[in-house]
Amino acid sequence: MNEVITATIITVSSVGVVAAVILYWASQKFKVFEDPRIDKVEEILPAANCGGCGYPGCRNFAEVCVKSDSLDDLFCPVGGNGCMSSVAKVLGREVSEKDKMTAVIRCNGAPQFRKKTTHFDGALNCTIQSDLYAGETACQYGCVGLGECADACDFNALHMDPITELPVVTEANCTGCNACVVACPKDIIELRPAGKKSRRIFVSCINEDRGGAAKKACAVACTGCTLCFKECEYDAIVIENFLAYIDPLKCVLCRKCVQVCPTGAIWEVNLPPRKAKPAKETDKKPEEKKEVDLIKTAKENITENKTVDNKQDKKNKTE
Amino acid sequence: MLKTFPKGGVHPPENKLSANKKIEILPVPKQVSVPVSQHIGVPAKVTVNKKDVVKVGQIIAESGGFISANIHSPVSGTVFKIDEVTDTSGYKRQSVIINVNDDEWDEKIDRSEELIKDFDISSEEIIKKIQNAGIVGLGGATFPTHVKLMPPKGTKPEVLIINGVECEPYLTSDHILMLEKGEEMLVGIQILMKALKVDKAYIGIENNKPDAITHLTKLVKFYKGIVVTPVKVQYPQGGEKQLIKAVINREVPSGGLPIAVGAVVHNVGTAYAVYEAVQKNKPLFERVVTITGKSVKNPGNYLVRFGTAVSDLIEAAGGVPKNTGKIISGGPMMGKALNTTDVPVAKGTSGILIMPEEESKRRVIKPCIRCAKCVDVCPMGLEPFLLMTFGEKAMHKSMEKEDVLDCIECGSCSYACPSDRPILDYIRLGKNRVGAVIRARSTK
Repeated sequence: MNEVITATIITVSSVGVVAAVILYWASQKFKVFEDPRIDKVEEILPAANCGGCGYPGCRNFAEVCVKSDSLDDLFCPVGGNGCMSSVAKVLGREVSEKDKMTAVIRCNGAPQFRKKTTHFDGALNCTIQSDLYAGETACQYGCVGLGECADACDFNALHMDPITELPVVTEANCTGCNACVVACPKDIIELRPAGKKSRRIFVSCINEDRGGAAKKACAVACTGCTLCFKECEYDAIVIENFLAYIDPLKCVLCRKCVQVCPTGAIWEVNLPPRKAKPAKETDKKPEEKKEVDLIKTAKENITENKTVDNKQDKKNKTE
Repeated sequence: MLKTFPKGGVHPPENKLSANKKIEILPVPKQVSVPVSQHIGVPAKVTVNKKDVVKVGQIIAESGGFISANIHSPVSGTVFKIDEVTDTSGYKRQSVIINVNDDEWDEKIDRSEELIKDFDISSEEIIKKIQNAGIVGLGGATFPTHVKLMPPKGTKPEVLIINGVECEPYLTSDHILMLEKGEEMLVGIQILMKALKVDKAYIGIENNKPDAITHLTKLVKFYKGIVVTPVKVQYPQGGEKQLIKAVINREVPSGGLPIAVGAVVHNVGTAYAVYEAVQKNKPLFERVVTITGKSVKNPGNYLVRFGTAVSDLIEAAGGVPKNTGKIISGGPMMGKALNTTDVPVAKGTSGILIMPEEESKRRVIKPCIRCAKCVDVCPMGLEPFLLMTFGEKAMHKSMEKEDVLDCIECGSCSYACPSDRPILDYIRLGKNRVGAVIRARSTK
């Protein structure tokens, strides 16, 4: 009995020793040199593997960071400036600060503003629907509301609002990784600089139809009326194909465009409530005012993150 | 036994309600909007301006590239404006809107009914005439015909196959064309044969059109090299690759074109249009459209000018019936539901089908039970259930390996699925994405 045990122990351990020697030899012989900094950089990166930097994963991005001469074109949107400066420290290079980007939804067409003209009963997927036809409403540009962007988001920063049937961005979670922008077949989502104190103003519409058709399809569409364009003193607004676009780099957040927009297509986000306005403002046509009010109050009801100050306005009027 | 393709296929109820209705000419409407993109390929470039006076058959948009087609004015009148109009795709596309005034035709067009049998022009001239006339495949795919007549270098066409199958349920426009314009069509086929330099042509007709088969069999005796081949009633018999397999028993290789086996396929409607273009100098600006449906008062076949609103056509057939669920452009298998009836009839509109509410609804999607019915019916020998799963999970590489690009989008899988799964929807999605990946790879 003892002999068997001894024989086994000897055989197994000798096999082990031989294998160890072979493995050691092989590891020395076929060693692949890898820059140790790649591991270091990878440790700093957030390990989200989201592809927001434009490379397949964090490891790949780390390799590119180490190999390339400058870090100017490389940016990890998830880690942000802090992460990139640590990477630069490890590599002994300089890096410039970049603005934090966040996703904004450029469609405002909740069902109460954008009446449905047809009913889609195919597979519930945004791309499939937009390949087949323009969508359930008369607006061929707007959100189809099936949530492909929310599915694409790895950071829990997008969800579909069941009432408005539109995606809502939770800014605190949004890393600006671009995944939703790529996923959206209608190109509704845009990455914009988050702005100082996360304040920003943008046109929440991408309808390129003529004013009448756009308004008919959706009460809160940008009609390309040029009122905001005329009001803007900083040349921040461009109007192309009956659609206004606010350049985030030129916009100084004066909010004048928000006030003149007849359809309420321009949104202000995280801006403080407006101060009381002079009496002249209320001299507008009562009908028009009413509509804007309706839209604004409705908008207030349907948004979470966006503080639109209407109550103050209303108070002014009633006074 | 009748000829057919060996793999898969389904047999939906035929419902050819308008089969014995003669072609009626739909009155010219007061205004037409002619889309510049009525074909596969580059949209045509508008050559007229606002307020220009145009005649019937005058060119209004020039072909924008090799794979593109000219567009001719279907009416006479003045150009009202050039604007974006929703077309059958559901999207707004550039269109020429013309206010109709009288019905004055271009002088070059021969409007007589007389049959002109003889033609004495070279193959190149024929192709040029077809190209100028803006002829595209009228079976529904709208691929420019002149491109198909110019086979790529290294290939030689051996036979011409004429597709008179019309395997889509409900549609009868090709059927009635074969009955009423059979002789003209045969001349058209001979012209196509000359253009392709082939001496053999087969006309494939499904066996549910016995009158068309006998009529054409009688006529082909006087035309050299043309044979009528009856084929079994089975969907998708009218698919190019299926028809080639059924008629001449050759299989187009995966990813290949019919020319790889020496075949070129044209629709009967195209053959008729070719006759008109070559013998009568008449460009393509009208076609036969079937308007049909179980609830439609007068289902029928109408000769419609392009640009006429679908609503006018429906009005002619007795208006939109109550309880309508969907209005489909094309047949029930491959057609596309319209989101408005204010869309113009275009070159690819073979029929308008009105479906009652209870028939048009999609049923609730249930889980796949792995019955493999979709595999049984797939005429291309694919595994639709697998492709659908890959499509849902965005697994493009696996889709490419499973030859998703061979799918002809016939919809047999979705039709046969007992769980009512939207198989084709996801396959189409995957096809688009895989196509994009391959294009990106080739440009690298």
